[in-house]
Amino acid sequence: MSAQEISSTDIEAVLATGSRPTLMTAVKRLLTAREFPVTAALVALVLFTYANNQLFLSRQGVKDLLLNATIVILLAVGQSIVIISRNVDLSIGSILGLTAFATGTLFVNNPDIPIWAVFVIVSLFGALLGALNGLLVTVARVPALVITLGTLYVFRGFNNLWAGPTQYFADDRPDAFGDLSVDTVFGLPIITLGALLVVVIVAGFMGRTRRGRDLYAIGSDPTAALLFGVPVGRRVFLAFAVNGLLAGLAGVLYASRFNSVGATTGNGIELDVVAAAVVGGVAIFGGSGTVVGAAIGAMLLTTITSSLTTLRVDKFWQQAIVGVLILAAIAADRIVKLRAERRLQTSEAHHG
Amino acid sequence: MAETIGRSGQKADWVRLALSRDAIMIYAVVVAVLFASLRLERFASTLTVGFLLLDLIPVLLIAMPMTLIIITGEIDLSVASIAGLSSAMMGTLWEDGFPIWLVIVVCLAIGLIAGAVNGILIAGLGLQSLAVTIGTLALYRGLALVVIGDNAVASFPAGLTSFTTSKLGNTGIPTVMIGVMVIVIMFAVVLHLTPFGRGLYAIGSAAEAASFVGIDVARVKIKLYVWCGGISALTGIYWTLRFSSARSDNASGLELTVIAAVLLGGVSIFGGKGSITGVVAAVGLIGTITYSLRLERVSDVVLIIVTGTLLIVSVVAPRIFEVISGARHRRKLSTQLAVDRSAITTHTRSTAHRKEE
Repeated sequence: MSAQEISSTDIEAVLATGSRPTLMTAVKRLLTAREFPVTAALVALVLFTYANNQLFLSRQGVKDLLLNATIVILLAVGQSIVIISRNVDLSIGSILGLTAFATGTLFVNNPDIPIWAVFVIVSLFGALLGALNGLLVTVARVPALVITLGTLYVFRGFNNLWAGPTQYFADDRPDAFGDLSVDTVFGLPIITLGALLVVVIVAGFMGRTRRGRDLYAIGSDPTAALLFGVPVGRRVFLAFAVNGLLAGLAGVLYASRFNSVGATTGNGIELDVVAAAVVGGVAIFGGSGTVVGAAIGAMLLTTITSSLTTLRVDKFWQQAIVGVLILAAIAADRIVKLRAERRLQTSEAHHG
Repeated sequence: MAETIGRSGQKADWVRLALSRDAIMIYAVVVAVLFASLRLERFASTLTVGFLLLDLIPVLLIAMPMTLIIITGEIDLSVASIAGLSSAMMGTLWEDGFPIWLVIVVCLAIGLIAGAVNGILIAGLGLQSLAVTIGTLALYRGLALVVIGDNAVASFPAGLTSFTTSKLGNTGIPTVMIGVMVIVIMFAVVLHLTPFGRGLYAIGSAAEAASFVGIDVARVKIKLYVWCGGISALTGIYWTLRFSSARSDNASGLELTVIAAVLLGGVSIFGGKGSITGVVAAVGLIGTITYSLRLERVSDVVLIIVTGTLLIVSVVAPRIFEVISGARHRRKLSTQLAVDRSAITTHTRSTAHRKEE
């Protein structure tokens, strides 16, 4: 593992071992965590907007914020698994479109189908599409950027072929299904709770299981991981399949949340999702970052639109501000890395 | 690799040239054009030539600097946004009453600046180009929205818009194609016939080694991004005049088509490999297939399956060949090795025998 790829948290952890964990080290760890800048930005944004307009955090306001973020959170979590393994999946917008349309089709053709069955079938459909990406990437050993750019077109083309001008509207789906994104538990929309559960499960998987840690190892240095006995191909395949599964799940939720699904659903969302992961501290060339960070990044990017509207900033400025935010996140990541490297050098000098 | 070296001695240069990746791309274009001309009666006409080329120009133009950038191992996803920004600026400035020549100069300058910002962030600060240009993709498209909002400006000078779509005599070839060909040839010359161009391959193969032999890697990269910004802005201007419409969403999504064409043309995403010939052929191939299927009334939105499949096949197929020829090579090597080993054993045995004597 090169010095570059060691996050500052790791270094803090190394430095902290031996001495008893004090409040200072705890605070230090918090401040140097990869998720800290994005979380701070989100909190600052929400507080600032709230100070200007109390309605921003009204019951309905919070609900809207969470609903807007839910689908991007799911996609960003899946994407960060793939990015951590030093790959990328540009085809998720197309997978989202296909799976959202599949959801609509299932309900129209089988009006009596139980909702859980739709969730299972469509998520598996997403996993299948993701697995196809994974297969192409691992078997052909061609960069994921190229393969998934190809499948972005192919999947979208099939979506167009399948849907044509057909669109399914909310009326075509059972009320109970639509209610999933209307009803709340403790003020939180049901689909958001589902997404949060997914974040917790995937975070546990990435942080605590052998397979999850393997993905970090692969992302840090694929050759070293292979030498170490990590089944690189199998793990990368898994990352793509899981990403597809989550995109499929996001597709079902999309159909629940939005009125219409058709041929263009999810078009162009892939770059937003990659941006969310990057803003959330997932390094674009793999090896570091967390899914929690990616989820917070997704929350930040979707919240900023609502805040700017609330703050009566000209809506035309919104995208430009998102662009600046992404650039700031990348630059901040670079600065943190450089600092960590320097600190590592000094600590090595001390010990050596 | 020994095999290729050994073979190149036996094989004539023209055979190698005729079997090269570029040559195969050109055959593919020729076959596609012939097939389309024979199968579709409306294909072989000056009207087809005209529309086909007018449609190709944006991808062909941006593919040039993109090829150079990808050869150095970087990427630029912000090209379509720069085109959109220049289109939006063009609309707003023209509506504000500036003379058209000034409007065009300002738009080109904005493209160069946008490219320079990319270049400085990537080469100057050492940030990853994939991430940076996703950021500037959003930023430049956002600025286009800021500049022109929901408006669409259509009142460009009629002389200029009709010139943009005019044809050379009755050949059907658009007049602007002359300018486009000049740009293509310039890029081909720079890449293949100058030390600067050789340097790009060096950077793509091993940036550190390139800097050791005296190439100022950062400066070269910044230069490429500036060119790319300029060409993207030019494409935005062309787009605006061709459709007589300046809108904030002009050319959106074009970046992925361009990258697909460049990679299909045999440029390696890892850098260090690729040629202008291959890329031009790839742009032609995508254009021909798309246009003929469109004549067959296959809808545009479905046609992207073709682009995607071509892209996947173009990267997976060489890998399969590589694996097959690699296996054959290894087999050959092991037989060779076995022969050598037996020769060595007999040799050592005989020397040992001699020593005993």
